[in-house]
Amino acid sequence: MFAGTTMLFAAAAEVAEGAARSEGLPQLDPNHFAPQLFWLAVSFAVLLFIMSRIALPRVGDVIEERRDRIKRDLDTAGRLKDETDRALSDYEKALADARANASGIAKETREKLASETDAERQRLDGQLAVKLQHAEARISETKAKAVSAIGEIATETARAVVTKLIGQDVSPDEVKKVLRPIPGE
Amino acid sequence: MEQFEVHKIFSLHLFGQDVSFTNSALMMVVALVLISGFMVFAMRSRSLVPTRIQSMAEVLYEYIAGMVKENLGEEGMKYFPWIFSIFIFVLVLNFIGLIPGVFTVTSHIIVTFALAAMVWITATVIGFWKHGFKYLKLFVPEGVPFWLLIVIVPIELISYFIRPISHSVRLFANMMAGHTMLEVFAGFAVMLPWWGKIAPTGFMVAFTGLEVLVAFLQALIFAVLTCIYLNDALHMHH
Repeated sequence: MFAGTTMLFAAAAEVAEGAARSEGLPQLDPNHFAPQLFWLAVSFAVLLFIMSRIALPRVGDVIEERRDRIKRDLDTAGRLKDETDRALSDYEKALADARANASGIAKETREKLASETDAERQRLDGQLAVKLQHAEARISETKAKAVSAIGEIATETARAVVTKLIGQDVSPDEVKKVLRPIPGE
Repeated sequence: MEQFEVHKIFSLHLFGQDVSFTNSALMMVVALVLISGFMVFAMRSRSLVPTRIQSMAEVLYEYIAGMVKENLGEEGMKYFPWIFSIFIFVLVLNFIGLIPGVFTVTSHIIVTFALAAMVWITATVIGFWKHGFKYLKLFVPEGVPFWLLIVIVPIELISYFIRPISHSVRLFANMMAGHTMLEVFAGFAVMLPWWGKIAPTGFMVAFTGLEVLVAFLQALIFAVLTCIYLNDALHMHH
């Protein structure tokens, strides 16, 4: 342990001695100032030139271009979405219009058919009424004829009966006089 | 402290000044090549759906751009390439410095101070350029009684002028301390017999992990402070 510590101290001493052996810090030797400053100026000037004229504009351009491209793509996507929305709303409007149209047409057709049916029925009713009137007229005519014929037949029959009964011809006019006229004639 | 030493790779003189290419300069150039290569390679296809490496470049870009916008607003994006360059330069220099044997440029105060001074001078120039002499109001907080101003104005002035120092020393000291710690413990691990190597080696592994975090954090702090100083210059509110 003791030997180890001694050796450590010896090593430390030697390192320290090595550091002390050189005359002062090399950084403070003014002989090296001018060459270092010159080459610093040259290399930094060249570096600044290359960075500002060539390297950095390239990086900046690429980053800028990428940003523009992303923005442009996003804009395009937004525009397309708007278009899609508009097309969708147009379609829905067209559909609603078509529905409204269809129901309108159906209603119209229904009304038209109803009115036509009505007209037809009225026409038929009218025709039927006319026919009915004719028929009634004919019936009453026939009836009147029949009734008048009954009077005739009655007179003839009565004359024949009277002739048989009294054995003498009787003129129809005499029979008629006797026969009461038929009520309602 | 050998790891902090600057070696000449080849000598170079310009207008009588020594501007030799050193290991420090080499690492700066390496960082420059790595960063530029990465950014250009990552963005080679510039695809809308990014590859993995392109995503990395974009994340880095958006991260710093977000920070700049948050601190400086939209008008601050004018300074974004500058702040991005500072951040990535410091970050890569910190990171490659963590590779054993590689020189850490940001562990040199002259480098961090030069960067901090650039930030400070730029901010000050922009401040005066935007607001004229009204920029001096930065040192006179509103709604403070007159007698307090005698104390506050010098404090504000000092804190303003000390900015490049605190800004640079923070990065430099963190880098240097971390690397010195690693060197000391590596020294232990080398010198001690086998039973003594375990603890320092384990510590070094853990500490390297911490240093990766510090390398990132210090680069970020350096960039955030740059934003804050620039915000003072642009908008003049604390």
